[in-house]
Parts: sequence; C-alpha cells; structure tokens
Amino acid sequence: MRALRVERSLTRFAAARISAQPHPLRLADVDPPDLPGADWQVVRPLLSGICGSDLATVSGRSSRWFEPIVSFPFVPGHEVVADTDDGTRVVIEPVLHCRIRGVDPVCPACAAGRTNHCERLVAGHLSPGLQTGYCRDTGGGWSALLVAHQAQLHPVPEGWTDEAAVMVEPTACAVHAALAAPIGHGVTAVVIGAGTIGLCTIAAVAHLRPDVTELIAVAKHPEQRRLARELGATHVVDPDEIRRAVRRATGSWILDQGQLTGGAGVVWDCVGSAGSIADALAVAAPGATVVLAGMPGHVGVDLTGLWQREIRLAGAYAYGPEPAAGGRHSFELAMEVVGRAGLDRLVSARYPLDRYSEAIDHAAHAGGRGATKVVFDLRNERRR
Amino acid sequence: MARPGFVLEVDRSTPPILTWHGEGFRLERLPAGRSRVIYAPEPLKPLDDPDEEIRQALLHPMGDSAPLPDLLFAGMRLTIAFDDISLPLPPMRRPDNRQRVMEAVLEMAAAAGVDDVVLICALALHRRMTEAELRHAVGDRVYDAFAPSGRLLQHDAEDPAGLVHLGQTDQGEDVEINRRAAESDLLVYVNINLVAMDGGHKSVATGLASYRSLRHHHNVRTMRHSRSFMDQERSELHSSNWRMGRLIAASGVKVFQIETTLNNDAFPEQMGFLQKREWEWTARDRGAYLATTKSLSLAPPRVARSIFQSIKAPHAMTSVYAGEVEAVHRATTDMVYRQQLVAVDGQTDIAVFGLPHLCPYNVNSIMNPILVMCMGLGYLFNLYRGQPVVRRGGVAILSHPTPWAFHPVHHPSYIDFFEEVLADTTDPVEIEKNYEARFANDEWYRHLYRTSHAYHGVHPFYMWYWGAHALEHLGRVIIVGGEPRSVRRLGFSPASTLADALEMASDVVGRDATITHLHCPPIMIADVS
Repeated sequence: MRALRVERSLTRFAAARISAQPHPLRLADVDPPDLPGADWQVVRPLLSGICGSDLATVSGRSSRWFEPIVSFPFVPGHEVVADTDDGTRVVIEPVLHCRIRGVDPVCPACAAGRTNHCERLVAGHLSPGLQTGYCRDTGGGWSALLVAHQAQLHPVPEGWTDEAAVMVEPTACAVHAALAAPIGHGVTAVVIGAGTIGLCTIAAVAHLRPDVTELIAVAKHPEQRRLARELGATHVVDPDEIRRAVRRATGSWILDQGQLTGGAGVVWDCVGSAGSIADALAVAAPGATVVLAGMPGHVGVDLTGLWQREIRLAGAYAYGPEPAAGGRHSFELAMEVVGRAGLDRLVSARYPLDRYSEAIDHAAHAGGRGATKVVFDLRNERRR
Repeated sequence: MARPGFVLEVDRSTPPILTWHGEGFRLERLPAGRSRVIYAPEPLKPLDDPDEEIRQALLHPMGDSAPLPDLLFAGMRLTIAFDDISLPLPPMRRPDNRQRVMEAVLEMAAAAGVDDVVLICALALHRRMTEAELRHAVGDRVYDAFAPSGRLLQHDAEDPAGLVHLGQTDQGEDVEINRRAAESDLLVYVNINLVAMDGGHKSVATGLASYRSLRHHHNVRTMRHSRSFMDQERSELHSSNWRMGRLIAASGVKVFQIETTLNNDAFPEQMGFLQKREWEWTARDRGAYLATTKSLSLAPPRVARSIFQSIKAPHAMTSVYAGEVEAVHRATTDMVYRQQLVAVDGQTDIAVFGLPHLCPYNVNSIMNPILVMCMGLGYLFNLYRGQPVVRRGGVAILSHPTPWAFHPVHHPSYIDFFEEVLADTTDPVEIEKNYEARFANDEWYRHLYRTSHAYHGVHPFYMWYWGAHALEHLGRVIIVGGEPRSVRRLGFSPASTLADALEMASDVVGRDATITHLHCPPIMIADVS
C-alpha cells in the first residue's frame, strides 16, 4: 500500500529546516501494519488532516522532547476519519495509552481515566509512540490503511460528512483546552491565533463556556477574522492590536513595557510562539490562566510577569474526561461542537497523497491563502 | 499694499497648481474650462510697534471694561490664561504674541504690586505642553519667573478639586471651569486668533472647561448646526459658548480679554513659493520648489516630518484689542476677515483640498488618519462663510499620504478609536451613542492626559464630530495618494492620482462637474455667495 512515511534521518531533518521543504517525508509502497492484538482492526482512512504538530515534524522543527516517545519510521496522520471492514465510519482517538498498549495494570493516570497523561507511552506490546501517527506499529492516517484498537474508535453520527468527521479530533483538543481553565463569572477571555485550533477553541468556548461573556480573538488574515466572528468571537483584532484591545475591554492600563495592569481572565494561546506567549502573559490579568493549546517547542519568554501576577500557565494536550463538563469525554463534547458550530466549513482543501508537497505547503501557509484545515483525501487511494 | 484674495478660472494657459500633500506638495493640472482656484489674500501689513500697540490696548480697552491698570491692586489674585500649542499654525517665530502680551500685563501687575499671579495654559482637553513648547509660547523670562515656583500651570479638565461648577445655562448646559481662574479677582485671557473661530467667549468657556461642560457643544448635533465654525452668527458651537460665557460673567468671574491677530505670512523665505500664485513664480521659486520636493522625496517620512515640524512662521501681529470679551471679539473677527475672506461666486461640484503637514492637534507630532479626516472635512471644508464651497451631494477630494501612523504618547486614544470604533462604524451619531462615554471615562486615558502629554480620551471623537457636517453634506470623499487601508478605514475612497480621483468623482457628480481648489495654506475663508 502507499503511505507517506517519516524516517529517522538527521540529514533530511536538517535539510527541511533549511529549505522549508518536507524532506523527511517520502511517498512509498510499504507493507500494511500487522494487527498487534485481538482487539485491533484494520481501518481505511477517508480523510486525514494535516496538523500543526505534523508540520513541525516534517519541517524538522519539532522539539527533541518527542524523540523517546515516537518510533521510526512512522506514517503521520492522527486526525482521521476512516472506514472499518464492516463499513462503519469512525473517527480515531489517537492517544496510545496503557489499555491500547496492553499494559496491565494500567498506570495511575489511565486508571483515573486521564489517558492523555499516560505514563507508559513507551511500554507494552507497541513501540513507543504518543499517538497513532507517531508509532511505527500502527501506521497513520496519511496512508491507505492503518490499524486501530477498538477503544480508539468513535462511530461517526449518521448523516455527517467526512469533512465534519475529520474535524472531531482537533475539536476535541480545543474542547479540552477550553475546559482547562477554571470556570468563572462574566469572564473576558482571549484566543490568540485563528488557525484550526484557534477557531475550534473559539467554537468550543462559545458552546461550552457561558461564563465567558466577552471573547477577543486575535486573527492575522481576513478569512480567519471572518470565521472567528462567525464562530463566536465578540471582538476580532489584528495581532499587533491585542494589548490595546484587551485593555479597552477590561478597563486596565498599559504600562511602558507593554503589559497591562489588569487584563483577561483566561487566555488561550493557540499559536505557541515566543511572541504569542509573551502577548498572552502581557494581557492576562493577575491570577488569570494562560492555556497553551498550540504546541510550543523551544521559546524564549520573560516569565517575570507570570511570577509577579501569579498567572497560571497550563498546557492542554489531547483529550479525556472533562471534570468541568460533568466528566463527559472531550470527543463526545467535540462531536456536539462540530455539529452545532458547523466546523466542517473549516476544511478548505483536499489533496491526494501524490501531491503531498503541495498539501504540506498549503497547510503551512493556510491562513495567508484563506484556508484553515488542509487534509489528505484517501477516498480514491488504491487499497490492497 | 497687500492684494486681496483671488479666484482664478483655469484655462489652457494655467500652469499646474501647487497642491499640499502632507509633508510635501504636488503640482496638479486642473481641467480647463470647469475649474477654479481660490487664492488667499496676501499678508496684511504688520503693526509697526506691536509692543506699544499692546500697551495702548491695555490702557484703552473696548466695551465697558476699565483700563487694565485700574483693575490691578495689591493683594489681589490674578490669573493669566493663554492659548495652547494648537495656535498659531505653523508656530510663529519668537517672540510669540503670547509672550509680548504677557510681558506687558505682568509689567502692569508688578507696577500695581500684585504678587499672587498664576499663569494657566488653557488646554481644554488637549495635551499638556512640554517645557520647550511653553518656553516658546511665553518666552524664557516669563517661564523662568513662574514655572520653577509652580505658578505656570496647565489646565487639568479632570481634576475634581481644580474645577468649579458655576451653574447651567438656560439651555441646561453645565458650566464648569478652572477653579483658580474662576475664583481670581481678575482673569486675563491672552489669545491668538488665527481663524475667526478662535477667541471670544470660546476662550474661557472651552479652554478652561471640563469634559462635563465641553460635551454640551462638542457633539454631533452642534457640529452639524455650525455652518460654519468661521461664522459666529451661524455657528451653534459659538452660540453655546456665548451662553456659557455670559453665565461665567454673570457668576462674577471678571474676564479681561486680550486678542491678537496675525497676518497669513505662514512660511519662511526659502519656502516663499508656498505663498505665491504659480504664474508669478520666479526662477528662484521654481528652483526652490524643485530642490524642496526632490529632497523631501528622498527623505524618510520621519525626517520629512521633522523638517516640516521645525518650520517657524514669520507671522506678524496685525492687531491687538483688549477689554470686554464681546466687544473685543467683534473687532478681532473683523480683522481676521480682512486678512482671510475671499469672495467666491457660488458652489462647486467637486472641492479639492490639499492637506498640509499640520493641523492644530499634531504640532510636534504625527498627522494621523483621524486628523487627516478632521483637517479635510472639519477645517478646510468649513473655511467658508455663507455656504460650503462644494454643493450638497458633491465630492471632496483630499490629498494626503494618510499613513497608518500615530504618535503613541500624544494620541493613545486615537489609536483605539481607529482600531476599534472606525472598524465598526464611521457614522458620527452611532459613534457618539455607542462609544463616547467609555472613551471619555477611561481611567488610563485620564491618567495619560493628566500626567503625560496625551490628548484626552474623548478627543478623537471630537475630531470625528468636527467633520460631521461635511460627512452629511458630501456625496463622496476621495483621498489622493493615501495609504489605501487607512483611507478605507476612514470610510473614504483611495485614488492614486488627482486624475483618477476626478474620474471616480464623475460617478457621483457627472463628467462635466465643476471643480474648485482651495489653495490653502495660507489660510483663507471662502465667502461663498
């Protein structure tokens, strides 16, 4: 079968960093993955999204943090809507936690249901890999076929398009991020970034956080601004306007170094750059929570404000039971958000595997080209 | 003798006309047979001995006022208020009129044994002046005598303890002014009347007032019913100020008004071509024009701005009157009209306004897009008496680079106004209803206004209201050579050239539309029949 595969090659990763081309990625004929156990089955992707973490990987910019928790060669793709052999359409919850790995007894985090905190990502009968799409044994969504544990499969609601279904996984991440900050009352909040995660976070906040009464979205491009408004942002501003916009909304002051004296109660940083984190810390009120929803990597940020203003910096990775939503799972909530907010509209472009370079380039420059989510379309891919 | 103003009918022999374009100029050829150019009168002859004229004015006041020495006595509280940096434009060479007048007043006060003297810069909601700016206005001697001892103040319209509410007019307008000024035995106001709008009761009722008081006349309704600001008889802005001024007088505040006028000699000799009619340019003028425009085109915007902001005008005093406010102001207004009125026969379909680098609110600062709007539609549009130069439903073509640039210290609330308010609406009524109160009461703006050099939070609203009549009157506004995204944010249409702008205007007023170019500065008032 055909698959896009990432191999461990320092030369290719270095070349990618220099040229901004996806050198680590190769389109190859590969053997389908074996079924690791009885609870596993073959699934055939229909659409598979290109995520920011995928882009970081294929452009050689990913943090070395991931090295011990991935296994080469792997087929990327963890935002997947697929068919099972019996014709059921499913979305995959890609985290490869204890149960899926056959680890028994499961780790304390998995025992508590927090599978995104799994402590055994390198154990069990699978090779290391934090998710499907980063593990050499499971395959990934950028191919004609992969294997998945039955605990990873979520049936797609009747009548849904593939485009809506492929948005469930990123929306689940956004749901988890939206609920990662404490619930308050009459909260002014900020979402920095209006790519896929940013827009999904706006939608998730709009649907799941009635305590957020004013939501300021920071968007760079016109189409992003339009979508941010449609999905529930009350104000949409350019990146260089964020501090003034939050100041206006919260009645605080701006000091000479650009930080606010007051600020927003919650800031979701869906970019993860040094600049966006600095902005987030600058506009967060004393005692506020900054949620890092975008994958950051190496950044240099002055944390003095975080200390002096007792700001909580929280990561939001993947999904799980959400205490703030009565313990309901992020995927279940994401299904509701995708349906109610019509997030299928965020799928802007579909590419066959052969045009992977174009697809990666499009995804890397999506905002400027009026796009949000770029996906591989595997529906016409030859299967064997 | 100075030649009066002049209206040129453009024909095929007319040379290209100098059009201001921010920190630069363009030579524009106007369509023959349907265009005209209004030129300002030449500068009036200045007073031969201004210091002596000032002394005589103080000794022989107008109206029912006693001579100034008779109003001064030992032990009294004397306050001298004076116009801020928004006047004159460009700033005049030293000595400034304010310095001359203040020195004369202080000399008489000293002779009378008056010790309790305080100087107050009548800022209204404008930014606080810097030491250098104050020194330029009042002179080093006055500055050094008063500032170190804290007796040279700048009016603070947000200081509750420094304001006093004198009552309401019969129209329900709150009159709240500077406490020190109101509670003095005598308030001397030192004016520079650059245009007919300045002076009179507006000096105290606006310059020393609070936001609570100012909002009664700085609003959309008043601005739309001031036609124009240069014609006090038809200006609701002035009617309101006059009601307030009379209430101030009735409250027992004794005002001794001193008004001075300037001629319109606005540019130094090396830029003399700016004062001349193009067909009268000498070879030297042409050379100066070419050298100036070439060097400006090579200079970065910051450098060009700095060059223009350094211009000190050779304005000279043409009159000085003192005494009772209304009597003084009538005489002053006559002098302003003598210098600036130009008889213009009827309206036009298209008015062309070249916008210079300077307006009252960007001295030593940046002409941001909101000030571009205010300068074009608030000031130049309103330089008329009778009726606007451009007919109702006509087109205004402004020429200015209109960069998306703001002075962060001077204009912080302007940035927010531009980013937030104008992104939502450009309708003055909506803006006033939905946004003014929040900006006016914003604690951060208030802090910057009181302690830094920032215009008050509400000031950009007033700039927008200033153009409210024009926005209602005009069918379209086009800005030539403006940064497109700034121009669009203002709600106007960008055009690359004047020819393009005229083509665009033809959609509104037809292909044979008449065109009038206001060749300003120097300042003039079109007396439109």
